[in-house]
Amino acid sequence: MATEHAQQAEHALTPSSYIQHHLSFNAQSVGDGSFWTLHVDTLAMSVVLGLLVMGLVWWIARGATVAVPTKRQAFVELVFGFVDEQVKNIFHGDRHSFIAPTALTVFLWVFAMNAMDFLPVDIFAKFMHAIGFDTWRAVPTSDINTTFALALAVWILMIFFSIKVKGLGGWVHELFCAPFGSAKLFKPKTFLGFVGLIVSPLLFVANFAFNIIEYVSKPLSHSLRLFGNMYAGEVIFLLIGLWAATGLTGTIFGAILGASWSIFHILIVALQAFIFMMLTVVYLAMAHESH
Amino acid sequence: MNINFTLIAQAIAFAVLIWFTVKFVWPPLLKAIEARQKEIADGLAAASEGRSALEVAAKKSEVTLNEAKQKASEIIGQAEKRASQIVEEAKGNAKVEGERILAGAKAEIDQEVNRAKEGLRAQVSSLAVAGAEKILRKEIDAKAHSDMLSKLAAEL
Repeated sequence: MATEHAQQAEHALTPSSYIQHHLSFNAQSVGDGSFWTLHVDTLAMSVVLGLLVMGLVWWIARGATVAVPTKRQAFVELVFGFVDEQVKNIFHGDRHSFIAPTALTVFLWVFAMNAMDFLPVDIFAKFMHAIGFDTWRAVPTSDINTTFALALAVWILMIFFSIKVKGLGGWVHELFCAPFGSAKLFKPKTFLGFVGLIVSPLLFVANFAFNIIEYVSKPLSHSLRLFGNMYAGEVIFLLIGLWAATGLTGTIFGAILGASWSIFHILIVALQAFIFMMLTVVYLAMAHESH
Repeated sequence: MNINFTLIAQAIAFAVLIWFTVKFVWPPLLKAIEARQKEIADGLAAASEGRSALEVAAKKSEVTLNEAKQKASEIIGQAEKRASQIVEEAKGNAKVEGERILAGAKAEIDQEVNRAKEGLRAQVSSLAVAGAEKILRKEIDAKAHSDMLSKLAAEL
């Protein structure tokens, strides 16, 4: 069936079918309803990359010596120091027990997933086709499920730490009494007390609305920023690939353009991983602060 | 752009990765780096301590050297003084000795002179007696007039 599909795709190789083919997931149904589908490519790529990257770091960390470090240990320590420095500047607490390792995980994992954008789209697709996968997307972070999963996990951690640090009461209090504050109610039989009685419910409503907006916008902006950048990058690679298929001139200019975009994309890949890590740390640090 | 079960799978993968990093990756790296930082800090502290100790030692040695120099020059001064003293003493001694020898010699010479005088005097007196004897052989009895003759000889 896969070959049949491929033949169909090859027969009708139009620009839109080319892009559509490259942007479709290897989706497998795991239950009833459209929610119960699994993007096997996304999951497999991200899990393999996660195991590869964190396993590599683990392997080096296990043999870490206090004495003069080897080059690979020095490299891992460089990354470690970079992440630790960022976290130290944002979060003032016991960062080593959770937040800093989480930041390291996010940075390395997202970086590795973003870096899959450097794989030549068509050669990789041909390779996956050859080993029996008709559709296979290489970049897990250009799947909204991945970025949203990470952002949502961070969001849950954010609420968890908020409640852990301030208590459930403190968290609910903050939902209603921050950022605009609340009027003092304890002045009975005075004019100010009367004003407070009127104003306070309004402030509660305003505060709560503001907090809800914040809680909704944080995971959305967190995930969509990364997704948008990686998806756009992938689409541009596909467009360059399209141009390269138009003839000799297109191939030459497509190659030059593809190389330039790849080089520029190194910046985007690293920057987006860094931004995603920084936002994770900022959100978790904000959860620890009380207003 | 469709949210599906992948989301949950990815979230689980993320949680596992975080757990793995928290448990196995971060602590050994942190331990190694902090231990090395401590070692470096200790080394630097030891180095600065050593440097200050060196400074103190240099100062001390300078002081000691100066003291030694002073002492040496003192000793040399004393020795010079002593030497000149000895020379002076020797000079004095030599003078005294010389004078003594000179005085002895003079006394001896005087003695010799006196002895010679005595001898001469005795010889002259005996010569005079002999002359007088020869002249007055007959008239003067040597024995009777010997008292007078020896008085004469003593007066010469």
